[in-house]
Formats: sequence, structure tokens, C-alpha cells
Amino acid sequence: MSAAQPVTAATFDEVVLKSSIPVLVDFWAEWCGPCRAVGPILDQISEEYAGKIKVVKLNTDEESAIAIKYGIVSIPTLNIYVNGEVVKTVVGAKPKPALLKELAAFI
Amino acid sequence: MSEILDVVIVGSGPAGYTAAIYAARAELAPVLYEGSVTAGGALMNTTEVENFPGFPDGVMGPDLMDSLRKQCERFGTKIFTDDIVAMDLSGEIKVLTDGSGNTLKSKSVILATGSAYKEIGLANEKRLSGRGVSWCATCDGFFFREKVIAVVGGGDSAMEEATFLTRFASKVYVIHRRDSLRASKIMIERAMSNPKIEFIWNTEVIDVLGADKVSGLKLRNLLTSEESERDFDALFVAIGHLPRSELLIGQIDLDGEGYVKVDGSSTRTNQKGVFACGDLVDHTYRQAITAAGSGCQAALDAERFLAGH
Repeated sequence: MSAAQPVTAATFDEVVLKSSIPVLVDFWAEWCGPCRAVGPILDQISEEYAGKIKVVKLNTDEESAIAIKYGIVSIPTLNIYVNGEVVKTVVGAKPKPALLKELAAFI
Repeated sequence: MSEILDVVIVGSGPAGYTAAIYAARAELAPVLYEGSVTAGGALMNTTEVENFPGFPDGVMGPDLMDSLRKQCERFGTKIFTDDIVAMDLSGEIKVLTDGSGNTLKSKSVILATGSAYKEIGLANEKRLSGRGVSWCATCDGFFFREKVIAVVGGGDSAMEEATFLTRFASKVYVIHRRDSLRASKIMIERAMSNPKIEFIWNTEVIDVLGADKVSGLKLRNLLTSEESERDFDALFVAIGHLPRSELLIGQIDLDGEGYVKVDGSSTRTNQKGVFACGDLVDHTYRQAITAAGSGCQAALDAERFLAGH
């Protein structure tokens, strides 16, 4: 229970859609600078708010079907899932204080 | 931190990192705040940089920034991957607050916060940002394979974005409000000879269409005033930049567009001990090499200032 864990097509249903707590899915890719910049921030949030919100990462290069399913056309995009539905979307890399503001309702 | 530093550099990129190299070699033990998500500046969002002197085969923007970063660390710069969120630059000792809540005190500050993308200014442009509206081709172009993309702008950035996007798009339309481009000749030639790029001249974008993603644009021909609607899958805006000077309003003299005013050809601002460099200051040239040059000047100006106190 620490840094954000990767999620794949195989585990998405179990880990994200069936989660009893809100899940933040970070859609990212290796070649995306801002994605790499926000990664460590999400790892911190994952640790600090463990139990309140689950933070996972989805590599859009490797799992493009899921990225297409959720209409991702810009990365990083953060989707927050509650009971299997996307309830909030945050597009673009933001500093930690700004991200915490966006997640306030869920943490 | 209760110690008083000699110099804090706010911002990275070629200006900030070069200032740090010189300040560190002058044994000023600089502290540099590179930005929590913006570290490396504008060049992090480009691919090949062909015009930075010293690289006959070109260099990737992020690699160039990585090298500059390593170079300033080599001489002892302390780098924080965080933001400065508040500054009081009025006193002899400048007080800065970072994104983690820490306070820093410093005898001098070098401002190198660069610039942000200019938006057209349409409500729907903002609403659909990240859903088909983008300012960064290298970031988002990947998601528009075989799609029809519009690029707004007439400078080098627009030509670069448009050319890059042809790697993915089926067609790229460059929409420009005049009938000639201000881009460099080589970039114009590349764009014009690219079979996937077409130009729509004397036209401006007056609205972005689409419910939860971009489906088209409303255009106005500036010669005939005729309005039309056209289908597009994405809009990439490349119309220029605005200086990141929001934190300086009221304490540092800015010009009408928000650029920091400096004394003649120096990097001195109106506040003693505060120096500014790079795209935060430069309206005119805005190149990586001119930013690096001004970063060097800022460090030398700061060094002379500190020696005189």
C-alpha cells in the first residue's frame, strides 16, 4: 500500500470499477513529460490518503483500448471513479496543492 | 530555513539553469526552484531543437534541458522540483514561499519563470481544453491518428506543431488571420511542401464546436466577414505566449503585456537585488539561446550586486 500501482485491461474491472473507495486513474505515457512530472506527486497522494482514495496508473500506449473507451485525447488525464462511474476528470499536470483541491470531495 | 541565501532562482529552462551554472561557479550556492510540473520549461514540449548552437545534429528539447540541469548541479546548485507560490521582493532580504509551505530568505532573486501559451480567448476553447483543444502537439498529437486537425497561428511554433502533427493526422489545416506567415523561411517551406498541410488564410476562429469533445470550428473570413462552420477533430492553438508574471504584479514593474521591465540591456528590475531573464522579459527574440544568454547575464548582475553589498 504505497505508490500508485499500474492497472491493465485485465485488472481494471476488479481494481477500479468494483472498488469500494474512490479510485483515481492516471492516464499516462512514457514519452509524456508532464505525465512523468506529476507521477511522483500522485505517488505521494497515494501514500498520504491510502484507505480514502486509491491511485492507479494506466499506460495509454499499452492499454489503448481502455484509453479510447474513456475518450482520453490528452495526457495526463486523471479520472476519478466512484462505484464504477467517472465522476470527475482533471486534465493536465497540476501542482500538488491544486490536485488536492480537485480531490477535496473524495479525500 | 532560517539562513539567508545569496541567490534564489525562480524558474528553470535555459534561462534559469544557465543562471544557476554561473551563480554556482561564482560560489553563490544558488537555490533553484524548477517547478513541480513545469520543470525544464517550454523546451520540454518540443522534439528536435535544431537551432541551439553547439549541436550540429540537433538535440531533443528534454535532453538539452537534462544536460543543463546536470551542469548546474555539477557546480553545486540546490534544485527543488517545486514552485514558488509567493514572493515579497520589496525588502533588502527577499522572502519567498514554496509550494510545500517552506519560507526562504535571500539577498537576491533571479526571476526566470518564462511564459505560458496564449489562448484565443473563447469560452468553448477553455471548456474543451484537453478534449480536443490543445496547446501542445507533442503532448496530445498522438491521440488524433487519422483525424483532421486545425492549427491556429502563423509563427514558428504553429509551423512546428502543424508539421509534427502530420505524423498522426490524416490532414492538418493551418488557420491564420493574415495571408503571410511570420515563421522562419525554413519552417514555412517545410510546412508548405508537406502534402498533409493546407492553409486557410485571412481567417480567424470565432468558436469551438462540440458537446463533450471538439467536432468543428466556427470561422470568420477577415476579408469578406463571411462566417462558416467546418468539421475538425482537434484544435491546436499556437498563437504565441504570455509572460508568467502573475506573482510579480504590484511589486515589479511590468509592461502593458505583463513582461518584466529591465534596465537597458541589463537584467536589473526596479527592485534592488531582483533580476529577470528569459521569456519573462523577452518579447522580441524568445529563443533558447537568447534565454540562456540572459540567464548568464542575470547571474553576473546578481554577483556584482552581492559583491557591492
